[in-house]
Amino acid sequence: MHALLSCLIWLPIAAGVLILLLGDRNIVLGRWLALAASLATLALAVPLWAHFDTNTANLQFSQMLPWIPHFRAFYALGVDGISMPLIVLTAFMTVPVVIAGWTVIETRPAQYYAAFLIMEGLMIGVFAATDALLFYFFWEAMLIPMFLIIGIWGGPRRVYATIKFFLYTFLGSVFMLAALIYMYVKAGDYSIASFQALPLSLIEQRWIFAAFLLAFAVKVPMWPVHTWLPDAHVEAPTGGSVILAAIMLKMGGYGFLRFSLPVTPDASRELDLLVITLSLIAVIYIGYVALVQQDMKKLIAYSSISHMGFVTLGAFVMYEIMRNTGSLQGAGMGVDGAMVQMVSHGLISGALFLCVGVLYDRLHSRQIADYGGVVNTMPVFGAFMVLFALANTGLPGTSGFVGEFLVIIASFRASFWYSALAAVTLMLGAAYTLWLVKRVVFGPVTSPRVAALEDLNGREFIVLGALAAAVLLIGIWPAPLLKVMQPTVHHLVSQAVATKL
Amino acid sequence: MHQLLLQSSSFAPAVAEIWLMFAICVLLLIEVFAGARHRGLTATLTLVALAVGAALTARYAQVPQRTLLFDGTFLADELAVVLKLAGFLLVAVALLYSRAYLEQRNIQRGEYYILALTALLGIFVLISAGSLVTVYLGVELLALSVYALVAFDRDSGVSAESAMKYFVLGAIASGTLLYGMSLVYGITGTLDLTTIASQLQGPLNAGVVLGLAFIVVAVAFKLGAVPFHMWLPDVYEGAPTSVTLFIGTAPKIAYFALTLRLLAQGLAGTEAEWTRMLAALAVLTLVVGNVVALVQTNLKRMLAYSTIANVGFIILGFVAGTPDGYAAALYYTFAYVLVALGSFGVILLASAKGFEADQLDDYRGLQRRDPLLAAAMMVLMFSTAGVPPFIGFWAKLRIFQALWESNHLWLVLVAAAMSVVGAYYYLRIIKLMYFDEPAGELPHAPREAGVRFALGVNAAAVLALGIAPGPLLDLCARLIH
Repeated sequence: MHALLSCLIWLPIAAGVLILLLGDRNIVLGRWLALAASLATLALAVPLWAHFDTNTANLQFSQMLPWIPHFRAFYALGVDGISMPLIVLTAFMTVPVVIAGWTVIETRPAQYYAAFLIMEGLMIGVFAATDALLFYFFWEAMLIPMFLIIGIWGGPRRVYATIKFFLYTFLGSVFMLAALIYMYVKAGDYSIASFQALPLSLIEQRWIFAAFLLAFAVKVPMWPVHTWLPDAHVEAPTGGSVILAAIMLKMGGYGFLRFSLPVTPDASRELDLLVITLSLIAVIYIGYVALVQQDMKKLIAYSSISHMGFVTLGAFVMYEIMRNTGSLQGAGMGVDGAMVQMVSHGLISGALFLCVGVLYDRLHSRQIADYGGVVNTMPVFGAFMVLFALANTGLPGTSGFVGEFLVIIASFRASFWYSALAAVTLMLGAAYTLWLVKRVVFGPVTSPRVAALEDLNGREFIVLGALAAAVLLIGIWPAPLLKVMQPTVHHLVSQAVATKL
Repeated sequence: MHQLLLQSSSFAPAVAEIWLMFAICVLLLIEVFAGARHRGLTATLTLVALAVGAALTARYAQVPQRTLLFDGTFLADELAVVLKLAGFLLVAVALLYSRAYLEQRNIQRGEYYILALTALLGIFVLISAGSLVTVYLGVELLALSVYALVAFDRDSGVSAESAMKYFVLGAIASGTLLYGMSLVYGITGTLDLTTIASQLQGPLNAGVVLGLAFIVVAVAFKLGAVPFHMWLPDVYEGAPTSVTLFIGTAPKIAYFALTLRLLAQGLAGTEAEWTRMLAALAVLTLVVGNVVALVQTNLKRMLAYSTIANVGFIILGFVAGTPDGYAAALYYTFAYVLVALGSFGVILLASAKGFEADQLDDYRGLQRRDPLLAAAMMVLMFSTAGVPPFIGFWAKLRIFQALWESNHLWLVLVAAAMSVVGAYYYLRIIKLMYFDEPAGELPHAPREAGVRFALGVNAAAVLALGIAPGPLLDLCARLIH
């Protein structure tokens, strides 16, 4: 019985409630408390990684307490190689969010920090839950702080954006709930493991797969249910965008890996082409959409959708690979790529949103046209921005390369055309990202306001520096990450290709 | 002596009703002789009477198993005890929230409290109804007291109008109920619900189905199910807010008991028929309630449509037609009244002299003016929308599950889709309170620490029962089985 995961979940929530009670009047204390809590959570995540046994696909750090006897639901936590890296990512990304809001947030700062810390706990809960009801509990509860974050601290159209965000995700989730109840009625309890072991007919699997697809596709988001994301991103405050891009989108990918593939393997095999097609549309079409954006945040938001297409592509090419080669190892590569892509995209998109936040705090504009020649006045910032932009295009040596490369190689084994189409993104991604950098960072100084810009302060430097180090570390030496995931991915693939019929 | 003792113990299960009757008589006398000099005395004594009543009920009304008393007219079981305790609690809290509101409007009079108590007595009679006569007695006692309460602010034309509407439509519903009962009586030859249940086995007589249809209409009217909901928005909007609070809470428990005793227990033999009727009503109710609520600008009216939508869920529990479904309906009723108590409480606490606080616009920027009220309202709204970690989520889940288990797949999908529609208007209130700036100066509500604390506890209960829903779920399951 380990309480480590419980601490990771409840420590930030407790700190959030405490900050809420301290109120805006004690915000100096509240701020330091928020920082301390997020650092403490990160510190708790270190033993999670360090003591993780990389030789097994079994759940580790498990904790199980009776919760709702009536539903036979348990407060059951545990991690494997898929959820553990995402929990560490969550703990890691909350720290820059807290620091980034340090002096910037002036309205109701106590509620701001409280919302992010509570959010952190709930997100870790989503990844750690091994009981489907507990999973859903955290999954839905998370909407509340995010709804408030966008609605209170967001931009001019924040109300429209946040209600759209809430209703879209709520709609997706209720059908997932219906599917979960259906399986509960059949299986007799809510544990995810028993759902995975539950024999289901093909027709049942198709319906359940559809319900899951709706819930997870909205979260990822996949084309054509992606339209909430650019709105939410643009209107959210910097911290909100970072958490949205870095963690919340990953829940969709996580859902596919945790539920869709192992619970409905036959429907997944049957409908893999659907997901692959949607992923490729996201990769290519959304890439073109990103190209024409005038707003920096919107551009990065579309780039996120395009990159998340790789996650779903990587997860679902395995069936085609199995058909062609019959090699479990090969099928696993796509999932490996999807996982690395999730972690890497979390870091890179988070960092890019923080970069935009740095500019926005100074000029209060997100329009590309308002900038130009920023590197002349902010050389250090320029260096970071270029680094993250290159990582976003998948430059070797950065984390962006590893994930995309693995997915493209895997999809080549499935079909030449998949990989050819997926590889278009290398071109498109480079086009929109580098063009953004060219227009914002390089060139002559375009306006007196840009000429008056000041370079990064110490707080911003630490935040971007830490993210840059992480991006480079995974890019140069991805082996530890891959090693942590390996047994779990192997197990997942064997579950996903086995038939339940 | 021995004989006498036996008899007195057979009265014990009815201690709640007996005490309440006694308290009403005493309070009436006190009001007549001392009411004018000591304003507020009756109010305080009413709360004391409710507390004593609850204590007596908890101590003496327990029965080891389901028992019929007084020639089968009075039914005593564990469910009745729990529902009565809930009734005491709900009325006490409702009166507590209302006190300042009534004082500001100069209608803080003893009769108000006495009418509330007679309504509660009607609720209890209904809860323990063992025969058709007791059912009707309870329904009428409750309804007549409530008509008077709605019209209590006699200088208000709107209140008088809604009381009139309520009375006329309510009288039709009572007539329908009586007619349906008379048909059932004519065919079975008994008024006793248990005997009716045992008579109505096997193939059905067309007369029974006809009688059943009339009864279902009356029940639907009382619950506020579409298309018999017309009175509900007008009454909710027109009545003084304190009365709306009253109508929205304790009577819902009574109408749950009405549906359970009459349809699920008395007319159990016709289950196939009435579940089909209720299924149609439930779908209509869910759709109309949620869709019409979207366009309201008056908060009381919006909450009225929200009530209709929630009633749709309660009916869905009965549609399942299984004890599990009834337990789900009971749990949903508890979850709903807890939230209704709080949300009308917020309106009462936000109002001031000459300011009803019933327009949605009055809640703009409430977070700045009164963070506690705003936070409480947010919790309550997220709960009714069915978002965890609040109790409303488990209530919806419980209903969904009961429907799945009784193979009503399509109803689950309708209800799920409608709860997404419903989420929109609950979010709108949160948006007004949290995202918008206050629109101009509004009258400041007087702040009473005690009442505000009670409201805080109310909202905290919604959260606490959402994080640990186990005990209440188990209780509901046990009460029905």
